[in-house]
Amino acid sequence: MIGFLIVAITILIGIILVQIGKVTDLAGRIRGEEESERRSNNAQAIWLLVFMVVFLVFCVVSAIYYKNEMLGYGPHISASEHGGRIDNLFNVTLFFTGIVFIVTHIALFWFSYKYKAREGGVGKFFAHSNMLEGIWTIVPAIVMVILVTQGLVVWNDVMPDVDPDEEYIEVEATGYQFAWDIRYPGPDGKLGTRHFQLINLANNPLGQDWTDEKNIDDFHATEIVLPVNKKVRVRITAKDVLHNFYLPHFRVKMDAIPGLPTYFIFTPTTTTEEYRERLSEYPEWQVPADPDDAGGPQRWELFDYELACAELCGKGHWSMKRIVKIVSEEEYNEWMLSQPSYYKTNIRGTADDPLGRLLDYEIEERADELTTDFESALILDDPSEASIILKNLFFDSGSAELEEDSQYELNSLLEILTDYNDVSVEISGHTDNTGDANANQLLSEARADAVLQYLTGQGLDASRIQAVGFGQNRPADTNDTPEGRQNNRRIEMRIISQNF
Amino acid sequence: MAEVTKYNEEVLIEEQGFDDQFHEHHHGDKYQSSFIFKYIFSMDHKIIARQFLITGIFWALIGAAMSIIFRLQLGFPDESIAWLKPFLGRWVQINAETGIGTLDSQFYYALVTMHGTIIVFFVLTAGLSGTFSNLLIPLQLGARDMASPFLNMLSYWFFFLAGIVMFYSLFLSTGPFSGGWTAYPPLSALPQASSGSGAGMTLWLVSLTLFVVSVLLGGMNYITTVLNLRTRGMSLWRMPLTIWAFFVTAIIALLSFPVLASGFFLLIADRGLGTSFYLSDIFVAGQALEYVGGSPILFQHLFWFLGHPEVYIIILPAMGIVSEVLSVQARKPIFGYKAMVYSILAIAFLSFIVWAHHMFMAGVNPFISNFFVIFTLIIAVPSAVKVFNWITTLWGGNIRLNSPMLFAIGFVSLFISGGLTGIFLGNSAIDIQLHDTYFVVAHFHIVMGVAAMFGMFAGIYHWFPKMFGTFMNETLGKIHFWLTLIGAYAIFWPMHYIGMAGVPRRYYRFDGFDAFGQFTVMNEFITIAAIIVFAAQVLFVVNFFWSINNGKKMKTKNPWGATTLEWTTPIEAGHGNWPGKIPTVHRWAYDYGKDGKDFISQIIPLSEEEKAEEQHH
Repeated sequence: MIGFLIVAITILIGIILVQIGKVTDLAGRIRGEEESERRSNNAQAIWLLVFMVVFLVFCVVSAIYYKNEMLGYGPHISASEHGGRIDNLFNVTLFFTGIVFIVTHIALFWFSYKYKAREGGVGKFFAHSNMLEGIWTIVPAIVMVILVTQGLVVWNDVMPDVDPDEEYIEVEATGYQFAWDIRYPGPDGKLGTRHFQLINLANNPLGQDWTDEKNIDDFHATEIVLPVNKKVRVRITAKDVLHNFYLPHFRVKMDAIPGLPTYFIFTPTTTTEEYRERLSEYPEWQVPADPDDAGGPQRWELFDYELACAELCGKGHWSMKRIVKIVSEEEYNEWMLSQPSYYKTNIRGTADDPLGRLLDYEIEERADELTTDFESALILDDPSEASIILKNLFFDSGSAELEEDSQYELNSLLEILTDYNDVSVEISGHTDNTGDANANQLLSEARADAVLQYLTGQGLDASRIQAVGFGQNRPADTNDTPEGRQNNRRIEMRIISQNF
Repeated sequence: MAEVTKYNEEVLIEEQGFDDQFHEHHHGDKYQSSFIFKYIFSMDHKIIARQFLITGIFWALIGAAMSIIFRLQLGFPDESIAWLKPFLGRWVQINAETGIGTLDSQFYYALVTMHGTIIVFFVLTAGLSGTFSNLLIPLQLGARDMASPFLNMLSYWFFFLAGIVMFYSLFLSTGPFSGGWTAYPPLSALPQASSGSGAGMTLWLVSLTLFVVSVLLGGMNYITTVLNLRTRGMSLWRMPLTIWAFFVTAIIALLSFPVLASGFFLLIADRGLGTSFYLSDIFVAGQALEYVGGSPILFQHLFWFLGHPEVYIIILPAMGIVSEVLSVQARKPIFGYKAMVYSILAIAFLSFIVWAHHMFMAGVNPFISNFFVIFTLIIAVPSAVKVFNWITTLWGGNIRLNSPMLFAIGFVSLFISGGLTGIFLGNSAIDIQLHDTYFVVAHFHIVMGVAAMFGMFAGIYHWFPKMFGTFMNETLGKIHFWLTLIGAYAIFWPMHYIGMAGVPRRYYRFDGFDAFGQFTVMNEFITIAAIIVFAAQVLFVVNFFWSINNGKKMKTKNPWGATTLEWTTPIEAGHGNWPGKIPTVHRWAYDYGKDGKDFISQIIPLSEEEKAEEQHH
């Protein structure tokens, strides 16, 4: 409807204007061509002058009115270390260009007004002046030298890559249609390698190469969380087409290119909380975030830094948002520890896991776990009540021969028993209920014995350990499901005595 | 004291002119006897100029109308555009419950892309340079026609063909190309990434390849004509600045468009032949592609190696036209003629070594940007010289503030406003924040979009009598000027503020982001201004076509009192321009107000005093 109205009004105005044109033309013919030309000339000269005044006033007033939206003004102060220098450069340039803009516009329109055609007038034959032209070649050249010098100093400070010895945090952002994947290097501080042919939307969106151990602790995040005042290197890539990693509040921008990783280095200086505080001082932020809910949170309270895409990447280009949070270092560390590694939660133990049964970190973690289990059993009133399951003991089906990977668990156990050299333990074997019960009984005994043999073979005093088998008689779980049966096939340990 | 000599131009041309025996082989023009060969497959540069102009106007209306549709989306994103459904079909989706029609985002990007492509290439390259180079090069140099009228005709028809192909692409079911006028791969190479990159992109590439052919045919002709067909006495340093501008423009085009074409060919190979010039490591639509080893940045280098000179291909002709119009209508010689020529040459040279300033944030080595910053900001110097010289041309003039002059003055204002923001963007450090924001949109629309259009309007109003033998309506012209000047600033000035707030360009909606959503009112304002400006252009088109037949008749050959040769031809000049001999030139093009005379035509011999003065120098 609005559209139709606009079209109708436009056509009407058009018709009116055409008629005005015809009428003035006619009036001109009646009045005489020269006379009407002179009148029109004088009128246009005045209009030009009016335009100049209104235009320049409009420029200045509107700039003041929108001051709070501009680079480096109002709440729009950069939240990164280098950003302030860019804003400053902007203002220096604005100063020089502002002068030129105002002076040239006054000259342009004033001359147009002042030298409007006079009756019988002739223009001055003033064709060139070496001095004048020299001045306005040299002055702009000098101003440009000033601006270029300042600009390049900032540029060459901001853009170089990090020194390998420097301390910095690395984060990776990968653009795709139409979102960002954020990857952190995890505790080792190193991002693992990727290959685009390994990408799999189901369980490897970034194409991480799981044979690279740097990938094992890398985690994916839904938000970019960074500690304040720490140097950050963002590794920027793309999966499909060009994107651009753009953090407006931090003056950060860099194309994301498939096959050609780029980077941007910056240091956030204002936490999200501090930025909100700053915004809370401005009236335009002291309004309810939801206009329909006057009692709800105010705009400044809901403020968050944002990541956007700044390179046309297809029909959803305008929607590639991620929240960026700048927090204190403690909060950052806490957050980082709470983030699960992508590999461990999604890949480990699945068909796509190319790695062996036990990884170094798992052995370490398991050793810690076993120690904890052991120590928490010890402090019980009756330690023998606690059964500690020995994990990561591997036998072939039906066999009582320990496979090589079992040594890690047993070595950990040996270490514990060496530390607590006053403790005696009982090792018990258990099976599920498939197959013959007697055979199961024998197998469980043989397996418990195999553990005993290994431990004593490693130098454990044989008097501190005994082995028993319970066959299928003491299931720990149901025997109706494969998982339950898996849980029932186990080796347990029990503390049987402790000499004080 | 020398006697004041009164010259009759016709007699003068007859006495002093150069006799090329034109009348003897006038039968060569017999092909003009039928309507088709006189007006359609014409080889007369004046007709071809009109063909370029009218085709340019057609495309300008389409390109501008597209901008209105996407401005409606940006200004009123939640308003129903169901009323556009009859025009846009399935690109407007009607919500079955509310009846609200929304623009498809894919089509929004197609509109943005087509708007850019059409305005940059079809309107501001073909429509501007094509029209006025064709019209003025032979006329102002005293030539019968272009060096090769046949190639000149082909130049138009290749442009026409390019237009047909592009127009056809608008109606594809997958939509026209939608990856931005810069057509960066991989988006432009992969139909999986965007439906517009399928058949739409194929036609886009075909169309622009045809367009490159058109530009090259035209450019060769312009250069050859300027170098070889100047009339007796027309030394290079006596050429009007229009010709200098067209000449240098043609040289730039000839050197840069082939690079664009090569960029296109590699893209065509990537799209169709499975090569990997621009593509590597791509996973799109659930599939890893086989391309390995290419670089998307290579395309950007090739594209901007044309793309930056292209903005000078657009603006130099406008500068030339404005220089001429300012001088003629201010009744003063252009100030610093030689400095103006050297500025054109300097700008042209520099235009080839600044292309990567479009790519500061594109992932090129930051070290190399140092050079591009320096060269880019050097361009400010010749540009400043030109601006100051234009302003000084006005000083002490006897200025006629008619439509062409108003547009020329408007051009200078816009060129200053838009040029100054280039100083921000050319400084790579500032570009970190401003790159691909609305600040860039404001900058290039003012400096090469609107300013170039103003140059074109100045030229159209100024040379309309030469083209059609009538004048355009002055009152409508002035209304057109004021609506366009105020409206254009109303559209683009606020965009600086939007850009300084960091709002990226090419966004379909802004409300998804806290940082970009606060300009609702300003975006509404801009859209309304755009609609008014569009209406003003319709007014111009009405005035244009109405005036061809109904405008005030041209009664004298030289209505503006200009010195240049085009105004010595008959009001209705046939093919060959001058019926008898070609005029001989005795002086430069800017003897206005000299020795108390309003103007002295280029064909008037030097007086004794002038000869003595020339000897003295």
